[in-house]
Amino acid sequence: MTCCSMDTESVLAISATSASADEVRLASHPLGAGLRQLDLSVPDVHCGGCISAIEKALSALPFVRKARVNLTARRVSCIYQEELDECATDPSEILAAINTAGYRAHLFTPAAPENDRLRNQLLLAIGFSGFAAANIMLLSVSVWSGADAATRDMFHWISAMIAAPALVYAGRFFFKSAWSALKRGRTNMDVPISLAVTLSYAVSLWETVHHGEHAWFDASVSLLFFLLIGRTLDHVMREKARAAINGLARLAPRGALLMMPDGSRRYVPVEEIAVGDDISIAAGERIPVDGTIVSGESDVDLSIVTGESSPVAVAKGSAVNSGAMNLTGSLILRATKVARDSLLSEIIGLMEAAEGGRARYRRIADRAAALYSPAVHLLALVSFLAWLFFGGDWKQAMLVAVAVLIITCPCALGLAVPVVQVVAAGELFRKGIMVKDGSALERLAAVDIVAFDKTGTLTMGRPRLVGVEAGDAANTAIACALAAHSRHPLSQALLRDMEQASLLSFDRIAEIPGGGLEASNGTDLYRLGNRAFACGTDLAPSAGDSPFSEVVLSKNGAYLAQFLFDDTLRPGAAEAVRELTAGGLETLMVSGDRQTVVDSTAQALGIHTALGVLAPKQKVEECQRLNGEGRRVLMVGDGINDAPALAAAHVSMAPATASDIGRQAADLVFFNDRLDAVPEAIAVARRSASLIRQNFVLAIGYNLLAVPIAIAGLATPLIAAVAMSTSSIIVVTNALRLNAFGKHYPMRTEARADGEVKTA
Amino acid sequence: MNMLIYLIPIALLMGGMGLLAFLWSLKSGQYDDLEGAAWRILVDDETERKRP
Repeated sequence: MTCCSMDTESVLAISATSASADEVRLASHPLGAGLRQLDLSVPDVHCGGCISAIEKALSALPFVRKARVNLTARRVSCIYQEELDECATDPSEILAAINTAGYRAHLFTPAAPENDRLRNQLLLAIGFSGFAAANIMLLSVSVWSGADAATRDMFHWISAMIAAPALVYAGRFFFKSAWSALKRGRTNMDVPISLAVTLSYAVSLWETVHHGEHAWFDASVSLLFFLLIGRTLDHVMREKARAAINGLARLAPRGALLMMPDGSRRYVPVEEIAVGDDISIAAGERIPVDGTIVSGESDVDLSIVTGESSPVAVAKGSAVNSGAMNLTGSLILRATKVARDSLLSEIIGLMEAAEGGRARYRRIADRAAALYSPAVHLLALVSFLAWLFFGGDWKQAMLVAVAVLIITCPCALGLAVPVVQVVAAGELFRKGIMVKDGSALERLAAVDIVAFDKTGTLTMGRPRLVGVEAGDAANTAIACALAAHSRHPLSQALLRDMEQASLLSFDRIAEIPGGGLEASNGTDLYRLGNRAFACGTDLAPSAGDSPFSEVVLSKNGAYLAQFLFDDTLRPGAAEAVRELTAGGLETLMVSGDRQTVVDSTAQALGIHTALGVLAPKQKVEECQRLNGEGRRVLMVGDGINDAPALAAAHVSMAPATASDIGRQAADLVFFNDRLDAVPEAIAVARRSASLIRQNFVLAIGYNLLAVPIAIAGLATPLIAAVAMSTSSIIVVTNALRLNAFGKHYPMRTEARADGEVKTA
Repeated sequence: MNMLIYLIPIALLMGGMGLLAFLWSLKSGQYDDLEGAAWRILVDDETERKRP
């Protein structure tokens, strides 16, 4: 057959269902006592019903000890026995059971340790500082309501004793970061925080020793409490989605069947394959390392590597790249490179090089800190000097300076960004879009041009019958009967779209790799496949200049019928492009596929510019060129060949069916099939960008109101506490407006906000 | 005034117990799957089966 574009989803499905017992065993880790734990990613679970359906299906297997679904991470962890009644169990039944229950299940290797240590440390610190803040606040309320002399001193001393360990324990995140910034001669938001906290504690202690009236212990601890909440939200935002994305299917095969010199076969992990080893690859498997074919003939699908949607015929002597899918025949491959030098790794290298551009992006919070923190320090210093100069009392001056530092301390600012981002990410998650990093939302809000990959992104990579040129119904019946015997995507599409039951039978049917199907019925020889194969001509296949793929049916070498196929557009693709254009964004298509195919898709969707036949490197160059022109590119793509461009673009999105590397490189991943996710994500990002700006205005505005009070020396601890909490609460409430009003934000109304984002 | 000598340690102790309870819940993984926990309330029968 001439052309096929492999559906990435079905590729993944094949790899999941065809996982052998060995592969599953390799992916699970031993717990001792004959038990093993297998972690699977199940992207489709979304509710309580799914949880019980999967857990019930797994508990029904006799060798499964325990199965538990984690809905947040969309995973199943399953503990099973290696042996049951002294018979080795087949763990691939676990995958089969989940599939039977109606869910896709993929193996995965956790890239990071399961327990997020930093998150737990942050939560511990929140708990600790919250406990300390609440208790000190209780004591402070007694002081404010009129405790005097000895009682007040005692309360102050108790507060000091509670505050000291809390500051050391909960404040270490800020102190460390502030110190490392100062060492490099820079300041960040943590510098005024650390300074305010330590200074206020020191001054309070000094006051307590000298039986002073005011102490700021409550302020310094509750400041830490609020800031830690912001810090934790920020961290959760960055890490949670990343773990879930890692949990999705891995593209690279975990192992391969190694041909031993004595002729036996052994399943080995992919890292153990050495140069010169012979490995066996069955039809439907992915090629694990670069190599040359020693024996066998087949078609390999390179779409996930190069973006070219037609499979390539290979035979003895051809070189093949890792990541390609072996479609029709089984192959014996001699490895020419080890796994870490293969094409897949090369692309990862290219990607890392491309990521430099994005690393230079500075988060909004950092940019705000760069302006805010010197201003705050200057203000505190000026009020200290002024009070010292005019008042003459250095103690009073110190108190005022500390009050200024506390009141201007950015606890509302610390919450302003992460709260909005967490709310926005939750909103997007409900719509089936996962955000990997808070800064991705910031970058997405500033996008002005969207670049799409074709195969797997704008199209589903699923062929669809668009034209039939057959003499009569008998010919189509023959074609369908033949197609029923093949797994080739075009055969499947023919069968699906003709919807004809195959009643004919043949004496002999064979699938010829690189050609098509051949069947004999009595003396007649039928062939279904590419034109050269079916009609025996040497004519160049006409698919080279046609946007369609063709399949020809012949009888004894004579032409009978012709079927034309086109790729299925992703649902919502046209609407998405229209909405993006309406929102003032330019659209661009970058594809590795043939220019004619690319042009016809672009025309069908109304995309402004279409570039075809691009190598992965050229896609990166295109992104960099646009970046160089000051444009902000959103790259949407899925294949391994898109990964470097995804990394090079200002911000990137990938469908969940994308290759693992594609998902790693992308900032956002969308789970549903519809491409509407792209304008939706941009709309939410723009909306959250404007909320973030509002939050900055609110937080800074509130502090500005309180600053004159502090400078005037009127800021008692009570006023400081009220000012701080109120500004934080206002900021949080404002962030919650994101999902309070109206569920759908049309992009058009937000288009004006875009200009402001760029200048912000 | 004298009762403060009892009350303050009691208040701190109770607060401390709350803190310990929080630490325990954190360690035992109760925050690992918040979404799933919300749904599990609605599931009638516990699917986990005792095995001999």
